[in-house]
Amino acid sequence: MKKQVLNCTVNDEAVEVLVKPYTTLLDALREDLGLTGPKEGCGTGDCGACTIHLDGKPVASCLMLAMQARGRSVRTIEGLAKTGTLHPLQDAFVRHGVPQCGFCIPGVLMAAAAVLAENPKPTEQEIRYGIAGNLCRCTGYTKMLTAITEAAGAAARREG
Amino acid sequence: MRRFDLAVPQSVDDCLKVLAGNPSGAKLLAGGTDLLPQMKNGLLKPAWVVDLSGVAELRTLRTADGGGLRIGAAVTARELELDKRVTGRYAAVAESGALVGSVQVRNLATVGGNLCNAAPSADMAPPLIALDAVAVIAGPKGRRRVPLAEFFTGARRTVLGADELLVELVVPDPGARSGGQYLRHTPRRELDIAVVGVASQLTLADGKCAKARIALAAVAPTPVRATAAERALEGQAVTPELIERAAGLAVDAAKPIADQRGSVEFRRHLTRVLTRRTLTTALARASA
Repeated sequence: MKKQVLNCTVNDEAVEVLVKPYTTLLDALREDLGLTGPKEGCGTGDCGACTIHLDGKPVASCLMLAMQARGRSVRTIEGLAKTGTLHPLQDAFVRHGVPQCGFCIPGVLMAAAAVLAENPKPTEQEIRYGIAGNLCRCTGYTKMLTAITEAAGAAARREG
Repeated sequence: MRRFDLAVPQSVDDCLKVLAGNPSGAKLLAGGTDLLPQMKNGLLKPAWVVDLSGVAELRTLRTADGGGLRIGAAVTARELELDKRVTGRYAAVAESGALVGSVQVRNLATVGGNLCNAAPSADMAPPLIALDAVAVIAGPKGRRRVPLAEFFTGARRTVLGADELLVELVVPDPGARSGGQYLRHTPRRELDIAVVGVASQLTLADGKCAKARIALAAVAPTPVRATAAERALEGQAVTPELIERAAGLAVDAAKPIADQRGSVEFRRHLTRVLTRRTLTTALARASA
């Protein structure tokens, strides 16, 4: 049960941290690296509150051991806005008042960012499919759809 | 989660060495989407966990020499859902990958994990069985090949020994005149478990059905083939009436239990409906 050395990239910074073999990636991020944006809701991959990007793809960090991230690139909600200003999705979420209790929001934003990264002009169905793994106990889904749709449109206009 | 030691092998041979050294309970960790919840709730308490994420061979999806696909056991559900080599001629496999969990789960969950976890409701089993996939298993005495239809021995049981590892699935090319579909019934569309799942694959020649495969999930302890229904289709011109008859025969292959997801009668009804629908789509795709 000796601790093992985890080397990976977290939010564009090289990280070296000692973790126990049975520590989940979510716990390592929260407890060892102080990144408390990803949340533990269910701990079994059903709620999406722990969603992060692993090599650019959304995954449930509660379902991974920390050591499985060795050599890989991790991005949490703390690293979504890369330039010090809000990511267009975050900006839209704020303006539309999407967060209610806020617990699910980091996961929803990471799921939504993954949708837009793969498909800059998603249909409403594609957005719904992309965030289907994120539960909001406040049931604030309608505003999420509005905000994500608007952010996608803004990004598409900038590029178009 | 109960404490365990973690091995991080880099090759299939390294994995086998770890397994050979831990006859009393090492668990193989692929996507972790089935294993970690079972370890967190105390159902499984392995002393050793073998992380397969460093074994490149297991993550490889490639076209086999002479046609067909070779799907590494640690290829993810999301890759199967999106990969053009899969979505074209092996559409039913891609469809089953797209149905597992959410995108966050599908980016982790693997085909090998889905099969080795051996839930009766495993979505990826029926389409692979319907495509006559063969499981390649590595063990101390080398590699052996087992038709996927013979891979499952009971609910959560497979032919895999404690010292063995599923390496890949070899899927023969069904050919251009073949089509298939996987459908399942779930009360909600996402993040649910099949009440019944059905995969059908039809291959045509000279306007008739040259080969038919129908595989059912969640109607028995293991995935099952509806062989009587297959025989009724083979050699015949496939008409709506024949599809209806085959759907009825498929119900006879279903030996479902009643549980919180559905009664015996409901599962038999779903078997008929989903067999009819998947055969109709398989015929249309084979004819396209």
